[in-house]
Amino acid sequence: MRFEHPATFNPIDQLKVIGHPTNRIEGPLKTTGTAPYAYERHDVVANQAYGYVVGSAIGKGRIGSIDLEAAKAAPGVLAIVTADNAGKLGKGERNAAPLLGGPEIAHYHQAVAVVVAGTFEQARAAAQLIRIDYAKGDGKFDLAAERDNASTPDPKIGGPADTAVGDFAAVFAAAPVQLDATYTTPDQCHAMMEPHASTAAWDGDKLTVWTSNQMIAWGAEDMAKTLGIPKENVRLVSPYIGGGFGGKLFLRADVLLAALGARAAGRPVKVALQRPLMFNNTTHRPATIQRIRIGAERDGRITAIGHESWSGNLSEGEPDMAVSQTRLLYAGANRMTATRLAALDLPEGNAMRAPGEASGMMALEIAIDELADRLGIDPVALRITNDTQVDPEHPERHFSQRQLVQCLSDGAARFGWDRRNPKPGQLRDGRWLLGMGVAAAFRNNLLTKSAARVRLDQLGTVTVETDMTDIGTGSYTIIAQTAAEMMGVPLEKVAVRLGDSDFPVSCGSGGQWGGNNSTAGVYAACTKLRETIAQKLGFNSEQAVFADGTVSSGNRSVPLAHAAGDGDLVAEDAIEYGDLAKTYQQSTFGAHFVEVGVDADTAEIRVRRMLAVCAAGRILNPKAARSQVIGAMTMGVGAALMEDLVVDKRHGLFVNHDLAGYEVPVHADIPHQDMVFLDETDPISSPMKAKGVAELGICGVAAAVANAVHNATGVRVREYPITLDKLLDTLEID
Amino acid sequence: MRSFSYERATSPGAAAAAAAGTANAKFIAGGTNLLDLMKLEIETPAHLIDVNGLALDRIEETAEGGLRIGALVRNTDLAADARVRRDYGVLSRALLAGASGQLRNKATTAGNLLQRTRCPYFYDTNLPCNKRKPGSGCAAIGGFSRQHAVVGASEACIATHPSDMAVAMRALDAVIETVRPDGGTRSIPIADLHRLPGDNPEIETVLQPGELITAVALPKPVGGTQAYRKVRDRASYAFALVSVAAIVQPDGTGRVALGGVAHKPWRIEAAEAELPRGVKAVAARLFADAKSTRDNAYKLPLAERTLAAVLREART
Ligand SMILES: Cc1cc2nc3c(=O)[nH]c(=O)nc-3n(C[C@H](O)[C@H](O)[C@H](O)COP(=O)(O)OP(=O)(O)OC[C@H]3O[C@@H](n4cnc5c(N)ncnc54)[C@H](O)[C@@H]3O)c2cc1C
Ligand code: SF4
Repeated sequence: MRFEHPATFNPIDQLKVIGHPTNRIEGPLKTTGTAPYAYERHDVVANQAYGYVVGSAIGKGRIGSIDLEAAKAAPGVLAIVTADNAGKLGKGERNAAPLLGGPEIAHYHQAVAVVVAGTFEQARAAAQLIRIDYAKGDGKFDLAAERDNASTPDPKIGGPADTAVGDFAAVFAAAPVQLDATYTTPDQCHAMMEPHASTAAWDGDKLTVWTSNQMIAWGAEDMAKTLGIPKENVRLVSPYIGGGFGGKLFLRADVLLAALGARAAGRPVKVALQRPLMFNNTTHRPATIQRIRIGAERDGRITAIGHESWSGNLSEGEPDMAVSQTRLLYAGANRMTATRLAALDLPEGNAMRAPGEASGMMALEIAIDELADRLGIDPVALRITNDTQVDPEHPERHFSQRQLVQCLSDGAARFGWDRRNPKPGQLRDGRWLLGMGVAAAFRNNLLTKSAARVRLDQLGTVTVETDMTDIGTGSYTIIAQTAAEMMGVPLEKVAVRLGDSDFPVSCGSGGQWGGNNSTAGVYAACTKLRETIAQKLGFNSEQAVFADGTVSSGNRSVPLAHAAGDGDLVAEDAIEYGDLAKTYQQSTFGAHFVEVGVDADTAEIRVRRMLAVCAAGRILNPKAARSQVIGAMTMGVGAALMEDLVVDKRHGLFVNHDLAGYEVPVHADIPHQDMVFLDETDPISSPMKAKGVAELGICGVAAAVANAVHNATGVRVREYPITLDKLLDTLEID
Repeated sequence: MRSFSYERATSPGAAAAAAAGTANAKFIAGGTNLLDLMKLEIETPAHLIDVNGLALDRIEETAEGGLRIGALVRNTDLAADARVRRDYGVLSRALLAGASGQLRNKATTAGNLLQRTRCPYFYDTNLPCNKRKPGSGCAAIGGFSRQHAVVGASEACIATHPSDMAVAMRALDAVIETVRPDGGTRSIPIADLHRLPGDNPEIETVLQPGELITAVALPKPVGGTQAYRKVRDRASYAFALVSVAAIVQPDGTGRVALGGVAHKPWRIEAAEAELPRGVKAVAARLFADAKSTRDNAYKLPLAERTLAAVLREART
């Protein structure tokens, strides 16, 4: 099904099932511990052995020699795979460094060996007997030091590297009010609960891997490419995923090493990346240095806005597109952005929840607050003044929907923004200095082809199959809701099977595109199935009404199941998009409001209240969507106050590589959170009229916290995370 | 993790004797620290002596009017004990500020005292660390040292002792009771239990090989207002950047011990004599020999400010 014109009334608009805050249909499996995760697939194949991964001990250089003798002789060892004996390996399209390193070492904890043994403990013990001599090379690990050597990249997504409209330099220089500030964001880790994990089994030359991956088709394709085998010979299965946040978008070492280990051992092998490897072996959100310049009239109107960003990566890696939202968020006739990429030898930087947007908004939305300060204008009002309903670079392109102003005004009223004292440091509650902050939330809506297969059987059950994944987001549920709505059956009559490369290729989970596109794909397949059914039952498919488990037209009504009386009916289709995304800018918007307390003595920062108001198209399941947003707000608090992969610039690694050292918020850090969706349907986005929400929720949160800290203390911290040591000097002692 | 042999000790004396008599043996109590370190091969004992079966899990009143806390009393139980809450509030508060509920259910009194540092370089066997591998160097010096010691450190090691409980016990003048492999017992004031790193950061306490902690004795209650304040980046489940245990008497005298600043709970009795002259004077004395890095220099003002806050609150 091609989607080329704005959606009109369709079966989804009935909202009998869609739009309801349905509990997750797979919830009971998860709460009873019976949802099978990749490392626990004892059910799928017998005789599984265990792999333990050895990561490089150096950040850059070469392996001189590896001594495997002691490890090979250790109890229970079945095989040890290194680059020496793995056979020729390719590299996935989406990997910046080989997943099995050696002799060249590209980054710290790059996998250099996997030890396979009969038990996990045996594999671990043997792995620690491997002796490797390294020749340490000179690596570059310091983004600030490499800033001036950064080059102009050719970004695969979110580009180009340079944009310009009007005459930024001249207008900025002449602007009566100017801001020129530099912000930094650190490297961040996805730090999801479930590490990358895979169980691999060979059957002849056919490989099956039960894994934890957000993008099944990408993973299968890159696996085939890495092993140099036909794609048809690789099957990936990933029905349940214990968090990914972008860290599981790609083929990673667990999949490859499980497969290589299984081949070498002649047995199925499972591999989970050990927690200490999660930080340096896998991908992370890269650090940025961002310079923002804004020129404005005294009434607050922005006349010039410029955003430059530097990030670093391995030579085949991509830049963080931190400037991308600045191109679209606020009005202003003169604009520029620039993206620069420094060559670094740290682990690969790549997507993490709202890649680019999250880091960019962390800086941009402090800058707007600083500008408001300088202008003496309320930061909510300043954002409203500079709203635009068109793409500022291409004014002929309208936003399909843009309720930023409504989000801000509605949020301000709900949050009690009028109680904020614009003068910092004025409000106190005992030892706590109180402050409020606001930031816009803004993330684009991305459209990607997505396919599904639906089957009706003689019991009237509708089964949906698609390689779409559920990364804890609620995909199972919204897909079931979509099929139930389309086929006129109750939710219990729908079965959803996900995450298998044998199923039709979906959009996968990433870039907050999963919800809208995958359900639109199911919509397409269901539309086809409705036609097949109508035909089979002798109805005119235009007039047939699918409701309450029956198909009817006029005064004739037939149970749906009858259509499958002499065999299942199957339909497969995909949603594909025309030019609407070019004609219109599709985005999601929101406003974050945060109140913090800062301890006047210790400068400890604690969030007290949070509110997000979001407008993101039709909300398919308000409960699932709310969970996404409050989870994202929580992650935003982490980004604001604690998350920091600390680089050791001498040894070339992220030092705090465990969950004790890399802090993320705990329950005690998260106070009362509230979130509201504004009414919106976006007929430009898809037949579902929905858009993404899961990444919108993180965009701007950290800046709202930072702005609240400023309001509480008068201290402007431009280097994330905002930890107490950065405030202490400037806080007066009582 | 290396393979190891394992036995359950039957009496404290037998445990100590077994530990001294077996090469490379270690006691295991809650295992919340030791097992993690064994998995990473930071600790590689060949033999484990499980002390959980020893009847050292009681809290008893002493003849002197204090409390004797068995070495195996769990942190949760100790924090909840009515006598501890009433008479040694600083200890209860410090315990509850540490780790998480689940960990405190397993963690024991002796294990908590002997837990090892949380220096990230200590945890990464690829990197130099004198404490883990004597003579290999100290990666924290010149590296990431935001958590590290600002006083009492050495050129060989700048690690901190991570315990909260021990800081409170230091303020309470607790005494560590042990049994030695030869069956003899001794009492060690907590001030003397932990060592400063010096040239041998791998030697962390004065305990001798095989010496088993049987109990921690608290002298009779000293009254006063007792506070424990732990400063950290997140609200719970994080080690202290700086912590302050304080016992303040109505006349303004008192005791203060600090955590997160040194290789051991940091208390200098002479500094307490400065209390009437104000916090600055106390801090000046506590940190007379301070030496910080760029990363952890904030701890000095933070310690002083936290101390000021605790004393102010204790006096109101
Ligand atoms: C994630 C995490 C967070 C934590 N956060 C905090 C925190 O915020 N504050 C804090 O204070 N602590 C914290 N801890 C540490 C925790 O308090 C310790 O792990 C615990 O107290 C150790 O007690 P255990 O009984 O489990 O010791 P074990 O691991 O069994 O033993 C520790 C050491 O003590 C020795 N030992 C045990 N018993 C005896 C004995 N009777 N005599 C002689 N030697 C003995 C063992 O041989 C071993 O060397 C945290 C731990 C973890 C894992
Ligand atoms: S501070 Fe101590 S524990 Fe840390 S690396 Fe240096 S020697 Fe090792």
